[in-house]
Amino acid sequence: MKILTKRNAIIASIIFAFSFPLIAQNDYYLHMLTLSFIWAIAVYGINLLSGYTGYLSLAHAGFFAIGAYSLGLLTVKAGLNFWLALVCACLITCVIGLLIGLIALRTKEHFFAIYTLCVGYIIYLVIDKWEGLTEGVRGLIGIPAPGNIGPITFDTAASQYYLVLTFLLAVILVVYRIVRSLTGRTYMAIRNSEDLAQTIGISTMKNKLTAFVLSTFFAGLAGALYASFIRFIGPDIGSTSIMFDLLMYLLVGGIGTLSGPLVGTLLLVILSQNLQFLQEYRMLIFGPLLTLIIIFYPRGIAGAVFDWQSKRKDKQLPNVRAEIHIKAEEG
Amino acid sequence: MLKLTDVTVNYASFTAIKHVNIEVAKGELVVLLGANGAGKSTTFRAISGISKLSKGEIHFLGIPIGGRAPDKNVREGIVQCAEGRKLFPQMTVQENLKMGAYVHRKQKGEIKHSLEYVYHLFPILKEKHHDEAGSLSGGQQQMLAIGRSLMSKPKLLMLDEPSVGLAPLIVEQMFQVIEEINREGITILLAEQNANAALSIADKGYVFENGEIVVQGSARDLLANDEVRKAYIGA
Repeated sequence: MKILTKRNAIIASIIFAFSFPLIAQNDYYLHMLTLSFIWAIAVYGINLLSGYTGYLSLAHAGFFAIGAYSLGLLTVKAGLNFWLALVCACLITCVIGLLIGLIALRTKEHFFAIYTLCVGYIIYLVIDKWEGLTEGVRGLIGIPAPGNIGPITFDTAASQYYLVLTFLLAVILVVYRIVRSLTGRTYMAIRNSEDLAQTIGISTMKNKLTAFVLSTFFAGLAGALYASFIRFIGPDIGSTSIMFDLLMYLLVGGIGTLSGPLVGTLLLVILSQNLQFLQEYRMLIFGPLLTLIIIFYPRGIAGAVFDWQSKRKDKQLPNVRAEIHIKAEEG
Repeated sequence: MLKLTDVTVNYASFTAIKHVNIEVAKGELVVLLGANGAGKSTTFRAISGISKLSKGEIHFLGIPIGGRAPDKNVREGIVQCAEGRKLFPQMTVQENLKMGAYVHRKQKGEIKHSLEYVYHLFPILKEKHHDEAGSLSGGQQQMLAIGRSLMSKPKLLMLDEPSVGLAPLIVEQMFQVIEEINREGITILLAEQNANAALSIADKGYVFENGEIVVQGSARDLLANDEVRKAYIGA
């Protein structure tokens, strides 16, 4: 009987995640983890589009900011209830995502990346310059914390941690279900070769667009959670440097894998917090680290673990493999 | 069943095929012969709707289909099995086959039925249905590619060089299966360089050169044609 199965590892991590507030000594660690969970939700969104469908989007910090500002404006200026504002923020992000996707998806590969990079920057500029709506560089202050659900309140660090953790688990579950379904395989077919996908009858534009909108939904959700968690937002959350942070989390964790976004985000957020004393020189460590990972492990940490596991399996079953090879040659 | 009238396809300023006229009747097995770059694949891409027509029209079952979206064409029964055994290498054999039934994804019963049919044609695929497609041998990959096309229940199956890069024995098996599929009532358009094997199972053929059809006729006539023999059979 093996104890170290994938299933047990997942159960153990979930139990650990839920018991963490009881173990943690201070709110600082909780705060850091909650924040990295929020980033991870956005990275899951990017992964669905860039990892599984093969379209590298550099606009998702912009969609994150749209989600954050929608929630901020709806609660602060329109006085909407938090939960209603959360739903609206996600919907607004999706609608804007749909419109941008319709145009952006006419381009491919690096042109798509460059186009979405520009879109991301335009979103940032709009937020920064439209002072009448967004308060510009002053930012939005006094965003309310998540509203109560019946007797449950979200005014302590631990309760907010649990709220975000629940959202993260839900997002992972949804992404898991998508990736393992025909829809997910359709996205992978498009990543594999769009022409080939078309020859077997897949409407590539329709599927790319749903993947794009879904991924903006997750980015918007993350942004809205961020706004109510930090309770202050400025235009910087839509900047390209945030975009490249998110992309780095994805690349280090493993693009196109299910666990990659979570692994990469947790690792890099914790690492960068612990290297705070180095200030800007942190990049001297991250730069080379990222380069090495891309050269040696193009599918990130999660990809490296898969490769290691399948190699080990090969070693355990040399006879079975040999038999298959003989059969293959005969066939 | 399928009729190409004066079809021309340009890639930017380059003309890939010009003034192509092809007619395929229901139940026929028609072969397109020609060297690399002669225009066979472009003709397929034009029929399946991936490449846009610059001129001319294509009729399928009497309806003009020039400019129709590829997924619509697959739903209507035209499927292309692309050259070079293009599979989804990380998916298993069975997942690849199920992707082929994408246009019928709501009819679970029919998919099961088609799956059994493909496994009956290629028993080795059933044996390996849990293996990754990328781990199969060349011949098996080609079988999987053909099987995946059949999963969409086509009326017209277009096979682009199914024999390329395969061992002679496997090529022979492959042509037997193609003949069997054709006998079951599926019309087949076959692009090949292996003229001898292709013409031996075909009803008629067209010979492409530099994007144009230079010779056409019944399979028997083409086999007897000196030019064709010189260029493609080497006798």
